[in-house]
Amino acid sequence: MKYFNKTIVAGFVSAILTSTTVLAAGTHPTSGETLADDQTFTYSILDEHSSVDPQIVEDVSGADIVRDLFEGLMNQDADGNLIPGAASGFSTNDDKTVYTFTLRKDAKWSDGQRVTAGDFVYSWRRLADPKTGSPYSWFAEIMSIEGVGDVMSGDADPSTLGVTAIDNHTLEVRLTASLPYFAAMTTHGSTFPSPEWAIDEHGNEWTKPGNIVSNGAYVLTEHIPNERSVRERNSLYWNNSATILDKVVALVINDENTDLTRYLAGELDKGAVPSGQYLRLKKEYPNQATSFPRLCNYYMTFNVSPSGPEAFKDQRVRQALSYAVDRSVITDKILQAGQIQAFTFTPGATAGFDVPEVEFGKMTQDERNHKAKHLLDDAGYGADNPLKFDYLYNTSEGHKKIAIAVQQMWKQTLGVEVTLANMEWKTFLKTRGSQDFELARGAWCGDYNEASTFLDLLTSKSGYNDGKYNNTEVDDLMAEAKTLSDTSANYTRIEEILANDMPVIPIYHYAGVFMMKENLKGWPYGNVEQNWYSRNLYKVAE
Amino acid sequence: MSNNSLEIKAIKGRSLWDDARRRFSQNKPAIISLIVLLVIILFSLIGPQFAVWSKEEIDWNAMGSAAILGMPSIDTGHYFGTDDLGRDIYSRVIQGTQISLMVGVIGASFAIIIGTLYGAISGYLGGRTDQIMMRIVDILMSIPFMFVLILLLVVFGRSIIMLFIGIGLFSWLDMSRIVRGQTLNIKNKEFIEAAQAIGVSSYKIIIRHIIPNLLGVVAIYATLLVPSIILVETFVSFLGLGVQEPNTSWGVLISEGAGTMMYDTEWQLLFPLAFFVVTMFCFYFIGDGLRDAFDPKDR
Amino acid sequence: MLNYILKRFAVAIPTLLTLIVVSFLLMHSAPGGPFTSERALPPQVLANIEAKYGLDKPLHIQMTNYVKGVVTEFDFGPSFKYKDRTVNQIIAQGFPITFTYGFWSFIVAIGIGIPLGAIAAIRHNSWIDHIAVGVSICAQVLPNFVMAPLLVIIFTLWLGLLPGGGWNGGSWEYLVMPVIALSTSYMASITRMTRSSLLEVLNSDYIRTSRAKGLPEITILLRHALKPAMLPVISYLGPTFVGLITGSVIIDIYFSTGGLGYFFVNSAFNRDYSVMMGITILLGCLTILFSLIVDIIYAWIDPKIRY
Repeated sequence: MKYFNKTIVAGFVSAILTSTTVLAAGTHPTSGETLADDQTFTYSILDEHSSVDPQIVEDVSGADIVRDLFEGLMNQDADGNLIPGAASGFSTNDDKTVYTFTLRKDAKWSDGQRVTAGDFVYSWRRLADPKTGSPYSWFAEIMSIEGVGDVMSGDADPSTLGVTAIDNHTLEVRLTASLPYFAAMTTHGSTFPSPEWAIDEHGNEWTKPGNIVSNGAYVLTEHIPNERSVRERNSLYWNNSATILDKVVALVINDENTDLTRYLAGELDKGAVPSGQYLRLKKEYPNQATSFPRLCNYYMTFNVSPSGPEAFKDQRVRQALSYAVDRSVITDKILQAGQIQAFTFTPGATAGFDVPEVEFGKMTQDERNHKAKHLLDDAGYGADNPLKFDYLYNTSEGHKKIAIAVQQMWKQTLGVEVTLANMEWKTFLKTRGSQDFELARGAWCGDYNEASTFLDLLTSKSGYNDGKYNNTEVDDLMAEAKTLSDTSANYTRIEEILANDMPVIPIYHYAGVFMMKENLKGWPYGNVEQNWYSRNLYKVAE
Repeated sequence: MSNNSLEIKAIKGRSLWDDARRRFSQNKPAIISLIVLLVIILFSLIGPQFAVWSKEEIDWNAMGSAAILGMPSIDTGHYFGTDDLGRDIYSRVIQGTQISLMVGVIGASFAIIIGTLYGAISGYLGGRTDQIMMRIVDILMSIPFMFVLILLLVVFGRSIIMLFIGIGLFSWLDMSRIVRGQTLNIKNKEFIEAAQAIGVSSYKIIIRHIIPNLLGVVAIYATLLVPSIILVETFVSFLGLGVQEPNTSWGVLISEGAGTMMYDTEWQLLFPLAFFVVTMFCFYFIGDGLRDAFDPKDR
Repeated sequence: MLNYILKRFAVAIPTLLTLIVVSFLLMHSAPGGPFTSERALPPQVLANIEAKYGLDKPLHIQMTNYVKGVVTEFDFGPSFKYKDRTVNQIIAQGFPITFTYGFWSFIVAIGIGIPLGAIAAIRHNSWIDHIAVGVSICAQVLPNFVMAPLLVIIFTLWLGLLPGGGWNGGSWEYLVMPVIALSTSYMASITRMTRSSLLEVLNSDYIRTSRAKGLPEITILLRHALKPAMLPVISYLGPTFVGLITGSVIIDIYFSTGGLGYFFVNSAFNRDYSVMMGITILLGCLTILFSLIVDIIYAWIDPKIRY
C-alpha cells in the first residue's frame, strides 16, 4: 500500500496515536473519512480455536487470530494479491528452485527483539519437525523444501531442512521442485515466524496472554476459552502507524441464530447469517448483509475402491446420479446466499483458473434428468431393479437439508432409494477415511490460491482421496502442471476427465456470507481466501 | 320363627383400588389430563389418514420460502405449515408424537420392570444381599448418566435401539431405590408373615404379594418417568444424537423450530412445542392424581 | 456420626475407581481420536504426537499412569484439543462459572418453588393448587434451548437491558438470563415435591394435635410442618446439582459463559480424553460428596435418623 506523503502522515498519525490513551477522532490517511472515536472491532466465532501457535493452529478462526498476531514473509492485499510483509521483497533463480527473501530491518517482536531470518528458519524447522506434531506439517511438504521428507519422517535432523539465514535479514530457501507460486505460500499461517526464546521459556503455555511474543500488528491480551479472545495494538510493529483498530475482540457464540440476535442488538460489528436467511436479511439490511465467492467446494464422493458398491464402478451410474441433482434448488432454495452451482471440482474463484465449460454444465436440468434416466436404464437399474445405496454425511443442520433434498430428487427422477446416515465429525472422518461408505459428503477449502490445491485431492496418491479414484492420465497431467508456468490447458483437461469419469458429484462452490456494520471499512471482499488483516480495517464515525 | 332378623346383605368390600379409583376420578385436572392424553394418542394413530403430504416428501414450491409459502393452510394440505425444506409439519408432528411417546413409554417400562424386580428382591432378601445390591446401585448412580449416554451414542452410532439401551441403563436405578424402600415397609406386615409361616417360597411371595402392593407407588413413578425420559430424548436430539432421518421426534422438531423462531415461521416451533408441553402436563397431572389417590393419609 | 462419614469415604474409593475404569474404556472405544482430522496427519507426525501425549502405550498402562498422576499430584493432564491449557486450568476456569450460576438457579428455584408448593398444598385441590402446579410445570417443561434464545431476543434485542452473553467475571447482568433459563428446569420438581410431602406432613397426627391445641395455621406451617417436608426436596437437590453440569451445556452454548458443561459435552465429540476424564472424576466426587451432605442434613432435620 502506498500512502501519499507517507512519512509525514505516518509521523503525524503515530504521534497522535501514541500520545493519547483515548483515541481522538482522526481521519483516514488515504480516504479522508472521519474515523470513529472507538476503534474496537467485535466479531463472533462459531467455536473455540485450538491454539494461536502459528505452527499448531489448524482451524479458520485460529488462523484469523494468528494472522493478526504474527506476520509472515508476504501478505495479501484486499484482492488477494501478494504484497511484502515481514520481507520487503524476494528474488528467485531462473528455474524457480531457490528463493531469497530480504527481511525488513525495522521489524520487531512485541518484546523489542528484532525479527531476523533466524526466526523463520526456526519456525520452518519447527513446522516440519515431527516432534512438534504440527497438523500442518504436510504444508511444508507441499512447499517442496529441500530435505523436508526426511525431516518429517524423523530420518533427518530438522537442521538439514533447506532453509538458511544467510545473515540476519536474508533468508534463503532451496526447493526440490520448481514452484512459480512459492512466494504466495508464505502468506499461510504455518509459515509465520515464532519466538524461540519465548517457546523455550514457557513451553506449551507460551501462547497465553502475558507470555506470548508476537511480531504482528497485535498482541494477545486476553483469552478465556469458549468465551472470548482479545488482541490489542502492538506498538512495536514496524507499520504500527498505519494500524487504525486499537482492539479486536472475538466472541465465541456457538449458535448462529443467537449470533444474529446479538448482532442486531448491537453487540457485534460482524455477525453470522443463519442458513437460509440471507435473502431476507439482504432485503431488510441491504448494506450489512454480504455474500461473495470463496475458495471452497462441496461435493459427494463415490467409493470407487474395491470395497465400494458394484453399482458405483459403472461410470453411467455415477454420471446419472450427478446429472439428476438439481443444483439450483440447493443454491437458490436451501442455501440462498449466493452460492454457485458447481459442475467442476475447482471453484471458478480460484486464481488463474477459468472454469471450463463441461458438457453436463451446459444442459438444462430437464435435459440432465432425461439423460440421467437413460444412463441409469442402460446400466440396468429401473423400477424392477431399483438402485439402493447409503449416503453418509457429518451431523449438521445444513448438510441434513441438502442430503434430504438430494435424496428426494433421486427418488423422484430416477426411482433411486437412498438411505441417509449421519455421524458426528470424528466418527465420520474415520469411517470415510477407511472406505467404509458408499457415497459420502466432502468439502475442501483451498490452502493457497491455485487450482492444484483442489485437483491434488483427486490424484491417486493423495491422502485425502477417500473414494480412491485412480486415473493415471489425471496423475500425469497434475505432475506435469507443477512444472508449467501456464497450467490452464492441463487443468481444463483434468476437469473434463472428471466430468466424464464423475468420481465425485460437485454440488456447489462456497460463498462467504456475513453481516457487517456499515461503519466498518476495509474488509477484503475481493480476497477469495478471506485472509483478512485487522490492521487494514477501520471504523468511520457514524 | 318370625323373620324379623334383618337380612344382612354381604357388603361388597371396597378394596384399596376402588378407593384410589374413586379419589382419582374426583381429581378434575387428572381426569382432564387422561382424556387429553388419550386424544393425543388417538390423533397420532388416526391423524395420518387425513394427511395430504407424507412425513418426508418435499414440497419444492415451499422450499426456501417457508415464511411466505409455507404457512399453515387447508388449501395446500399443510395443516401445520412446512419447515424450511418444504416438508409437511402435520405429518412430521404425528410421527414425532409416535416416536417420542414410544421412547418414553418403552423406556419407562424398561425401567419399571427392571427397577421393580431389582428393588423388590433386594428389599425382601435383606441382609448382605441387600447391602451389595444397593451398593451397586449407588455406584451406578454416581456415574454421570448423560455423559455415558452421549458416549454410547457416539461410540455405537445412533439408533432408536441405542437410545433405549442408554436410557434403560440408568433409569431403573431410582425406581429400584424407591421400590426397595416400599418393600422394606411391606415385608414387615402380618400377611407376609402369614405367607412365610405357611411356607410360600420367597419367589412367590415377591411376585404374588409384594409387587402387587407396590403397584401404587410404581404407577405414580411410572407416569413421572415417562416425561423425564422424553425430556432426556429432547436434550439428546438437541445435541444431534437423537433419532436419525427420516424419523423425527419432538426433540428434533422443537430444536429445528427454535432455530427459526425469529424468522416469521412460528408454526415450525409452536405446533411440536404445543404437543410436547400438553403431553408433559398430562403426565404430570395424572402422576400427581395417582399419588393423591393412593395416599392413604389423604382424607 | 464421624464413623459413618469415614465409612462413606471408604466406599467412595472403589466407586471412583469403577467410574474411572468404565469411563476410560468407554472413551477409548469411540472411533477416531483427538487427532483425527480432515487434513490427515502424516503417519510419522501422528505417531509422534501420540507418543508425546502417551497415547501409544497399551491401554492399561495409560490408565495406570493417569490414575497415578491424578492421585499423587492432582494432575489431570493436558487438554488434547486446547493446546495451551491443562485440564486443571480448564476446570479451574469452568467450574466456578457453572457453580455460580447453578447455585443461584437453585436459590431462585427454591425461592419460588417452595412457596408455590406450599400454597398448592394448603389450598389442596382448589384451583389455586392447580394453577400453582401448572405454572411450575410450564416453566420446567419448556425446553432450555427454546427459552434461552427467547430470553436473548427479549432482553437483549427488544429491551436492550442485558448483554446477550459472555461472563465477564460473573457480574450480575451476565447472570440474570442463565439463571432464569436454568432455574425453571427445576422449579416444577421442587414445587411438586414440596406440595406432596407437605400434604403428607399436614395430614399427620402431630399436626392435627397442634391444630387441636389451637395454634394458628401459619405457625404450624412454618415451625412444625415445613422442616420435615423439606426432606425429599433436599435429597432431590443433591444429585440434581451434579446433573446440572451436563444439563448446563445448553446455557453455555446460548450464553457463551465458558462454563464446564460445554467443555464436557464437547470433549466427547473432540475425543479430548483428558478433559473428559477430568470432568467425569470431578462429577463422581461431587455426586459422592453431595449425597453425603444430603444424608447429614437429613440426620440433622430428622432426629429419628441416627448414624
